[in-house]
Amino acid sequence: MDSLAYVREASEPEEAPPMLSRGLLAWARTNLFSSIGSTLITLGCIALVGYSLPQLVAWAMTHAIWSASDGAACRQHQDGACWAFVIAKWDYLRFGSYPVAERWRVDVVEAIGAALIVWLLWINAPQRGWGAFLFFVVYPILALILLRGSSWLGLPIVDTQLWGGIFVSLLTAVVGIVFSLPLGVLLALGRRSTLPAVRLASVMFIEFVRGVPFITILFMANNLLPLFVPERWTPDRLLRPLAGIIMFSAAYMAEEVRGGLQSLGRGQYEAAMALGLKYAPMTALVILPQALTLVIPGIVNNFIGLFMDTTLISVVGATDFLEAMNNAIKDPVWAGPTIMVTGYVFAGIFYFVFCFGMARYSAHIERVLAKGRK
Amino acid sequence: MDPARARRSSWLNDQRVRGLVYQTLLIAGIAALAGSAIYNAVINMRARGIPMGFGFWNDVAGFDINLHLINYSNLSTYGRAFWVGLLNTVLIGVICIPLATLLGFVIGVARLSPNWLLSRFALVYTSLMRNTPLLLLLLFWYNAVLKSLPGPRQSISVGGVVFLNNRGLYLPMPVARESIVWFVGAVLTAVALAIGFRAWARRRQDRTGAQSPSALVAVALIGGLPALVIATSGAPFVFDIAQLSGFNLKGGLQIVPEMAALVFGLVTFTAAFIAEIVRAGVLALPFGQSEAAGALGLHRGLSMRLVVIPQAMRLITPPLTSQYLNIVKNSSLAVFIGYPDLVQIFAGTVLNQTQAAVQVMAITMAVYLVVSLTVALALNTFNTRYALKGQ
Amino acid sequence: MSTSLADADRGDDAAIRFVGVHKWYGSFHVLRNINLTVARGERIVVCGPSGSGKSTLIRCVNRLEVHQRGSIVVDNVELTDDIKRIDEVRREVGMVFQNFNLFPHLTILENCTLAPVWVRKMPRRQADEMASELLERVRILNQAHKYPGQLSGGQQQRAAIARALCMTPKIMLFDEPTSSLDPEMVKEVLDTMTALAQEGMTMIVVTHEMGFARQVADRVVFMDGGEIVELNAPLPFFQHPQHERTKLFLNQILHVRY
Repeated sequence: MDSLAYVREASEPEEAPPMLSRGLLAWARTNLFSSIGSTLITLGCIALVGYSLPQLVAWAMTHAIWSASDGAACRQHQDGACWAFVIAKWDYLRFGSYPVAERWRVDVVEAIGAALIVWLLWINAPQRGWGAFLFFVVYPILALILLRGSSWLGLPIVDTQLWGGIFVSLLTAVVGIVFSLPLGVLLALGRRSTLPAVRLASVMFIEFVRGVPFITILFMANNLLPLFVPERWTPDRLLRPLAGIIMFSAAYMAEEVRGGLQSLGRGQYEAAMALGLKYAPMTALVILPQALTLVIPGIVNNFIGLFMDTTLISVVGATDFLEAMNNAIKDPVWAGPTIMVTGYVFAGIFYFVFCFGMARYSAHIERVLAKGRK
Repeated sequence: MDPARARRSSWLNDQRVRGLVYQTLLIAGIAALAGSAIYNAVINMRARGIPMGFGFWNDVAGFDINLHLINYSNLSTYGRAFWVGLLNTVLIGVICIPLATLLGFVIGVARLSPNWLLSRFALVYTSLMRNTPLLLLLLFWYNAVLKSLPGPRQSISVGGVVFLNNRGLYLPMPVARESIVWFVGAVLTAVALAIGFRAWARRRQDRTGAQSPSALVAVALIGGLPALVIATSGAPFVFDIAQLSGFNLKGGLQIVPEMAALVFGLVTFTAAFIAEIVRAGVLALPFGQSEAAGALGLHRGLSMRLVVIPQAMRLITPPLTSQYLNIVKNSSLAVFIGYPDLVQIFAGTVLNQTQAAVQVMAITMAVYLVVSLTVALALNTFNTRYALKGQ
Repeated sequence: MSTSLADADRGDDAAIRFVGVHKWYGSFHVLRNINLTVARGERIVVCGPSGSGKSTLIRCVNRLEVHQRGSIVVDNVELTDDIKRIDEVRREVGMVFQNFNLFPHLTILENCTLAPVWVRKMPRRQADEMASELLERVRILNQAHKYPGQLSGGQQQRAAIARALCMTPKIMLFDEPTSSLDPEMVKEVLDTMTALAQEGMTMIVVTHEMGFARQVADRVVFMDGGEIVELNAPLPFFQHPQHERTKLFLNQILHVRY
């Protein structure tokens, strides 16, 4: 066919690829058996799975105890998980020692919070500005009144020492984000400011908080806050770790927002200034809306990290989900060798499902945003 | 407009003046807050009898610490307890950082493997570790695993030299003999010779183009010379193996369960993050780089060594250092499982006993701040020196 | 430089020989029954719309892409899964990429000497001398100690050409070498490539630069939809395209009615 000149007469037909180049066989060839080493690794992995998977399934499902009223059955069958323990303790794990009659208040607060968060995170939702106002301003006040109680409204006061479990973990994480986001935005803007005192103050705060372990921030809040205010204003025992969490989260939030501001590029600032906008309107109307949308995935990641960090507040006497589990495990009625492992595994599954779910969501948001930007 | 009035209003509108005004307000506000905080603190501390100086440093501590790298007894001072805690924190860092790096790189490379199964296994590992709170991992290892091991009399034994029970992990403790001098000398000589050979091989390659197997020579030297010494003058160490005596094991190198749990938890947890950093660093490299290396005739090993890894290391180093800092900061979770690190001893026990909260927290935080800021500074210098020029 | 039919057919002299080459990406049939012989010293320009498979075609020559059916023989070495042969071929075939792909962590000189030192085992002094000569020929010797990020696009591409030439290849492949350049830098790179052609280098160039094709090519290949639609010497190709699809393409590229 090859010569100096050539003009095609008939088109080449399209063909299907050869057997070994397509389908499951080809995939297996390249991905599992492409070399001797790879084949050995594949066989090793399959052996590992074959050995451990049946044992895991047995422990978690077939040999597990699903219903019992105390630890006797679990003590008898020690080769399986004691899910009955978790089911029995479920209310305590959710609410801590919050009075049973008032638990509906916690449910209401959680439901409203969830609805607002969905509204805010749904990229194309209408009137998100209103959602933001409700979530950041109205909701905290509402939640505080409902949870703490108020004699005016006839809601009995519930001391914060009784709050515990999943509800406290969620509360601290959400409060952390709600209050640390505005603070973080201020810090980020401060860090990029041209005024040296402002920049210095922001940098010092951020580097201080990020340079020390979170536990020391909690200790500091717990021990020093009461010293720094007059005696009659002694802060509530749950408020102290909350303050620590807000400080801590604000520093990391500031760095996320700063990244978003930087990635915006000079062009936006120049266009705004050319139109005559001053600093405040430019920042509020042009810069922040774009930067904040860009860092939504980063904010969600911060939330995940914060949710896992809330496990540390038990060191200053607050009862989060993990601490509630620790307390539940000590119940003599249920004592037995499988209880501790069951409890911890369940806690692990809980955190994993929650955090992994949020992480997937954050990745999804990132993809949606990236498409929009192209 | 009246010219005097125009001048006055334009003075207020001057950006520099405005800037000064804002800054003065900010400084005044911070000063006011700080001032009132200090004022209240002094009043409260006087009222509750809390000491205000650092005199407690020299008071007798009165509590025991079960792991101390320097001499300590319950008659030592609070100051001494501080140093014990600090050294214990440093110990954790020194042990965990290399181990986590090693494990992290292995898992990171596994993530990048063309073998689908291996890559997925590594993915399962990193997903699990990154979505579980570190505290839960520590509690699991400490309470559920280590504490449920059998007692010393029924220790799990590995080959009769390593023992595992609920008092800790007992490894053989190397005790030096006189021939250790020769052994150490042999190792040092071997290292020096290996380095020298490599330098000579480099120069030879520049001159004539011929390549020499420096890696093989180095392995042969560092393996062979010390082996020769052992063959001629006997073993440089004897191993002291733990023995059951009464209700306990005596001898050997005892690693208490608190430390084992902390090290295990920190290493496995941080390795997952390091694996992701390694993976991101390698993937961030444009694919064209390894294609260009291949097109020039460099085979995969050379391409990795000369083109891919030098560039990937630049991307990996900053987040890697930040993970190292995290190890140091996360070691403070020792408080939950009773490992006597700086926070557990000083910000825990000492603070509770002396009630000198302000002083204790200030010192503790200062230690961590010094470490963090030093590392940040070093990282900055690294970045400016090694950043790719022109970018 | 040979353009006669007879020379092009003489088997052993062929620099590259494609016989019945097919390639699939998954189920997408990207190269369909490619048959092409490139003689030594011949300059081929490959053109066609995007997605026609022209980049894939030349990337098969140095095994950056793998063909699934048919045979490709480069400099009398057949391209198979045999790693030794692939390395052999890659030593003798140089490639210039659209995105330059210079190594940013090495100076221009180091970019050029890397492969000669580590693959051809050349002494460093000799490698430096040869690199300097080649950098002089592409007229960027004064940039030898700078880093790629400090050079303009045109300078970077010329450096990339010098880097490929430092391996003294027998065949040079160019994958859209000027597509990423600002217009005023295209000429300097094309001039470099023209000078190279005049020295007798066997070249396959994928490009949209029709002026270059007219001036330098021995044959022009038009590809569309994975197949070779038409090939001819430049004069008849541009003045009397035969196939409908060739005419359509040239219409779009040259804004001339056929």
